[in-house]
Amino acid sequence: MTTLLDEPVRRQLRIVDVEDRAGLVGSAVAGLSLTWVFYNRILPTEGTLGFIVCWWLSFTALYLLYTGLRRGRVVLTDRFAVLLAHSAAALVGIALTTVIGYTLIRGARALIHTNFFTQDLRTAGPLEPLSSGGALHALVGTLIQISIAIAITLPLGILCAVYLTEVGGRASRLVRSVVEAMTALPSIVAGLFAYVVLLIGFGMRLSGFVAAMAISVMMLPIIARSSEVVLRLVPSGLREASLALGATQWRTVWSVVLPTARPGLATALVLGTARGIGETSPVLLTAGFTTYLNLNPFSGPMVSLPLFTFKMSQSPEPNYISRAFGAAALLLVVVLLLFAFSRWMAGRGRSGSR
Amino acid sequence: MSEPTVDLEPRKLRSSLAPSDLIFRLVARGGGGLVLLITGGIGIFLAYQAKPTLQTYGWKFFTEQSWQPEANQIGVAAILFGTVVVATIAIAISFPLAVATALYITEWAPRGLKKSLVAVVDLMVAVPSIVYGLWGFFLLQPRVIHLSRWITDFFGWIPIFRVDTDPDAAVFDGATYASSAFIAGIVVAMMVMPIACAVMREVFDQTPAGEREAALALGSTSWGVVRAVVLPFGRGGIIGGTMLGLGRALGETIAVVMIVSPLFEINWHVLQSGSITISSMIALRYGEAQGSQLNALMAAGLVLFVITLIVNLIAGFVVARSRSGAGTEI
Repeated sequence: MTTLLDEPVRRQLRIVDVEDRAGLVGSAVAGLSLTWVFYNRILPTEGTLGFIVCWWLSFTALYLLYTGLRRGRVVLTDRFAVLLAHSAAALVGIALTTVIGYTLIRGARALIHTNFFTQDLRTAGPLEPLSSGGALHALVGTLIQISIAIAITLPLGILCAVYLTEVGGRASRLVRSVVEAMTALPSIVAGLFAYVVLLIGFGMRLSGFVAAMAISVMMLPIIARSSEVVLRLVPSGLREASLALGATQWRTVWSVVLPTARPGLATALVLGTARGIGETSPVLLTAGFTTYLNLNPFSGPMVSLPLFTFKMSQSPEPNYISRAFGAAALLLVVVLLLFAFSRWMAGRGRSGSR
Repeated sequence: MSEPTVDLEPRKLRSSLAPSDLIFRLVARGGGGLVLLITGGIGIFLAYQAKPTLQTYGWKFFTEQSWQPEANQIGVAAILFGTVVVATIAIAISFPLAVATALYITEWAPRGLKKSLVAVVDLMVAVPSIVYGLWGFFLLQPRVIHLSRWITDFFGWIPIFRVDTDPDAAVFDGATYASSAFIAGIVVAMMVMPIACAVMREVFDQTPAGEREAALALGSTSWGVVRAVVLPFGRGGIIGGTMLGLGRALGETIAVVMIVSPLFEINWHVLQSGSITISSMIALRYGEAQGSQLNALMAAGLVLFVITLIVNLIAGFVVARSRSGAGTEI
């Protein structure tokens, strides 16, 4: 009787006992000592990277030897695969940490000065200290350009997605294939397209508007495609219920389909925006470079954060490079915020968490 | 008694659309048409602009190495070669990392950590390429040149690892090892790894639990489950994710511009300074280009676009055909 009342005991799938853990730690320590003796004392080798690689190699060899002797071949293969996967994940983790950490740390030198956010670069030459001049013009330029791009791509992209999922028809296959194909468009080609058509074809000048058009060309297929995916996830039962109640198709789309898909659409928009905001190459060809704050997207060059970062980083002056890192850190923070926002939106709605 | 006559014609169902629906459909069709016009227009425009160049130079456009519009010598051989080399290095580095990381996240990561790891990978996709470029130029390059020298030292007898300098020179000649296709490849690898990893992770996650449990019940280890169930199931995702990353690697511009020093000849020595890719060439040369030179740039852009398009189409095809890919969106 008592066996029935007992909680069923979960089977232990992983056979890792204390001895295994001790073996792991022991191999790591032994590898470290071995590497230190050979690498630093006996062999004519030097350098931190080489040391870490040699340590990892000797640690792996010792650990495999130990496991093989104790457990046999099957477990040995398993432990080797697990070790490789852990090492790869750790390497990726370290790389990401250095990418973000390095940018933020080197950017901090410029970011601690409030004038970085309140001034443009008109008075600050390459030798000017970081306490004067800033990247306000680039920040404002980024916001203006991405706003124009969103204003163009969001309605068009969602309209196209609605067409593909709700209206359909023979032509929709063609539209879908072309949109899908255009997500492969390299961003530099989008920039070149805007450059040739708007600047050379229509004789416009380098301006924020042209840059926004270049970003739009790049973002439009991305947003249209991801919106379509989201709209397709809306259960057709909801549509049919609405139609069965006598609603017109337009009412159904407006009052049922779009509200259901809203969190997913927001995620699609935010991820598209994050992509568009960080692209340098289309802006490089179309926005021009200036050190002045320019609020008018239709006249005069208008610099954005990625472009500012790129131009500053090409300079040999340490202060300009610090400014580049400051702008990159700012851009990174903007993208992080957008990303966190999209996660939050996705977590709120059903259609967003696919 | 005669058979009752039955009318076999089906009843006609007729519905008339409300005026609001007519307008709605019209507007939606218009939107779809406009998007088709814009996106399709780019492709047609590129082809139209590239035509004069391709007509003038013909096959020589693909075999000529130098890019000297003023000397009437234009060809994408070296540029295409550099593009492929950088992308190949990027994929060679990112592929094992992406597969192993995706497997780690689905199979071995602690359960509480899994959600945040997925978010971290998705976040890495969103990090702007200029940030990776800065990281590569200022942090990675000064360190990797030593690795390059080490590889040349020990594997220099393999032609592609050779560098035309004395590796044992009294003064370390760092500049010869800097700005190489190898370093650009590492940076691009960092950029495309998360994209590939995200796709693979999503596919691995869909492995049927029943098959996993069946493998475990037969006594397999966790690696046995991966080898016998997860990898065969996710093969489409692995190939598709890699191709998607390859498409991105081929088109990457700004990080490559920051790292490589332009060299318009086929450079087999990947560790040695100097290379060029199509996208970085466009970024470097658009400013001084006019008229027919712009057409030449458009032709190069068209070549790049066609390549990435083919790669992406294959990726989509492979993922859609695979068992796991039916519900996956890449």
